[in-house]
Amino acid sequence: MSGISDAELRDMTQEERVNALGMTTEQLTGKSLYIEFDPDAQERFTYPWAPDVDFNKRTEFDAGDLTNTEVNARIRDLMAEGYGTIVLQNPRGKHSLAVGILSRLNLIIEGSTGYFGVGLIDGPNVRINGRVGWSCAENMMSGTVVVEKNAGSTFGAAIRGGDLVCRGSVGSRTGIDMKGGTIIVGGDTGALSGFMMQRGRMVVCGNAGKNLGDSMYDGTIYVGGEIRSLGVDAVTAYLTKLDKDWLTRKLTQYGLMPGRGVDHFTKIVAGKQLWNYDNLEPNEKKLIL
Amino acid sequence: MCGIAGIIHKGRRANVGAEMTSMLQALKHRGPDSTGYAVYGDPGEGEYVMRVKIAEAEDMELGRSIHDRLEERIEAVDAILASHEAEVKVKERVRPYALRYVLNHDGDTGDMAGHIEETEGVEILSLGNGLELIKDLGDAGSVAKAYGLNDFEGTHGIGHTRMATESDVDIKSAHPYWAFPYNDVSVVHNGQITNYWIMRREMERKGHRFMSDCDSELLAVYTAHHLANGVQLEESLRRSIDEIDGVFTYLVCTRDQLGMAKDTMAAKPLVLYESDDLIAMASEEVAIRTIFPEEIDTHDPYDEEVRVWQA
Repeated sequence: MSGISDAELRDMTQEERVNALGMTTEQLTGKSLYIEFDPDAQERFTYPWAPDVDFNKRTEFDAGDLTNTEVNARIRDLMAEGYGTIVLQNPRGKHSLAVGILSRLNLIIEGSTGYFGVGLIDGPNVRINGRVGWSCAENMMSGTVVVEKNAGSTFGAAIRGGDLVCRGSVGSRTGIDMKGGTIIVGGDTGALSGFMMQRGRMVVCGNAGKNLGDSMYDGTIYVGGEIRSLGVDAVTAYLTKLDKDWLTRKLTQYGLMPGRGVDHFTKIVAGKQLWNYDNLEPNEKKLIL
Repeated sequence: MCGIAGIIHKGRRANVGAEMTSMLQALKHRGPDSTGYAVYGDPGEGEYVMRVKIAEAEDMELGRSIHDRLEERIEAVDAILASHEAEVKVKERVRPYALRYVLNHDGDTGDMAGHIEETEGVEILSLGNGLELIKDLGDAGSVAKAYGLNDFEGTHGIGHTRMATESDVDIKSAHPYWAFPYNDVSVVHNGQITNYWIMRREMERKGHRFMSDCDSELLAVYTAHHLANGVQLEESLRRSIDEIDGVFTYLVCTRDQLGMAKDTMAAKPLVLYESDDLIAMASEEVAIRTIFPEEIDTHDPYDEEVRVWQA
């Protein structure tokens, strides 16, 4: 930034200004994209008790007449037997299915789940060929979850890592309090999405409801459609080439790349003007007042 | 927490009693204190169905004298019906403290209802040309069995499983609420209304009466007030989002409509399933799945969303 005067900045286009200010050197692994585990380390990361599963060893079972506790116990038993690919049939909207899986697993759920599905997971790749209820993948730490239909509210609440994808639309408060990872929504999202978001990235290909990014601390939200309103302290930011490259890569990866590309996405970040960014001590404020 | 559910069939009748029981039983964990139904049948041309509660369930433990008092209350209700020239076609004592009447009446039903409720211990749960409102302590299975609801044929209905938070565990605080004295308007609600007393006093100044201190009753009275003044159901639901504070999702039924409204925060859940011939909704998808075990597409209505469906 040194050597550039305000007058020169004023005469520049927005893109030139962004380049001159060094904003295109944004580091994708910086604080705003904090990830819980280093990507290299993640490959080696495992819990001591994690079962040694074989992805080529596949089985399936019917959850229709089982309670959610029995379903979760069955998944664990099958993993202990070395099954690395498990297909769960007839979930019938049951709550808290496939929670707390802390190791590698390829899990396919053929149908819709209820509340708190696949919460607290760390590592599995999950595909849900149905809809999910409220709080899907809450506190997810790593892995991937792909939902083929719609999702309820608080989708990806407090996630810390991994990729959480919904091909349809999601309810309100998506990514509330998220602390890392990526949430991708193929359709629309409801009110207060990204509320108190702290880190990570959220991509909404459709429209976003009111108060988007309200009180967010950090992290980035990208919206492809219309934004009904921004929340307190959420501001628009310049969509850099790095942003576009990242969006292109992620959306292509999950088959959600819009036909017209990603140039139309709006980028939302924290304005950092709220009281919690005030670094004055109370006695210092008194001096000012 | 509470659970709510509703179903409406377009242009046809079905066993809505069994369907509602199935959905409400799946929501038992959201509210085990009481269960209520507002189901809409077709009692016959010009006929009214009146559901009356003559005591609370817990009153039955007061000893033998309560039975004498209940007989006196029934006699009083019968005498009032006769004085208003209501022809009683059917009279069923479904529970020791709950009666069902089928009536022919040409006069002012509101006046008659007010007269009946002057009787100590008597509350009309519903009065209308289609509505039958049943509520009692216990889960959906036990209430449906006690009231013979599993064979109820009708077009639509709403129901509620209640976790008592702000008022007693008794029948008068259970949902649904009928909007006294307006025919066929019923409401179930999940949430808290934070300007309840302000709105209640406003409604009372307009001449409406409240039977309980439950905030959900306000929604029934509020809706009935609008409908009585020519406001369409959809408009009433929209106005409620601006005028009523709090977090809420509620369902309203009239003789031939079912509507829903969600507050500005969308803090209370509802899952919706729509097909060409019916619409089902519930606080949790697991309830809808009890009547549609096959894979279906559902979604969550958004904040401030209002919908109305016609039977």
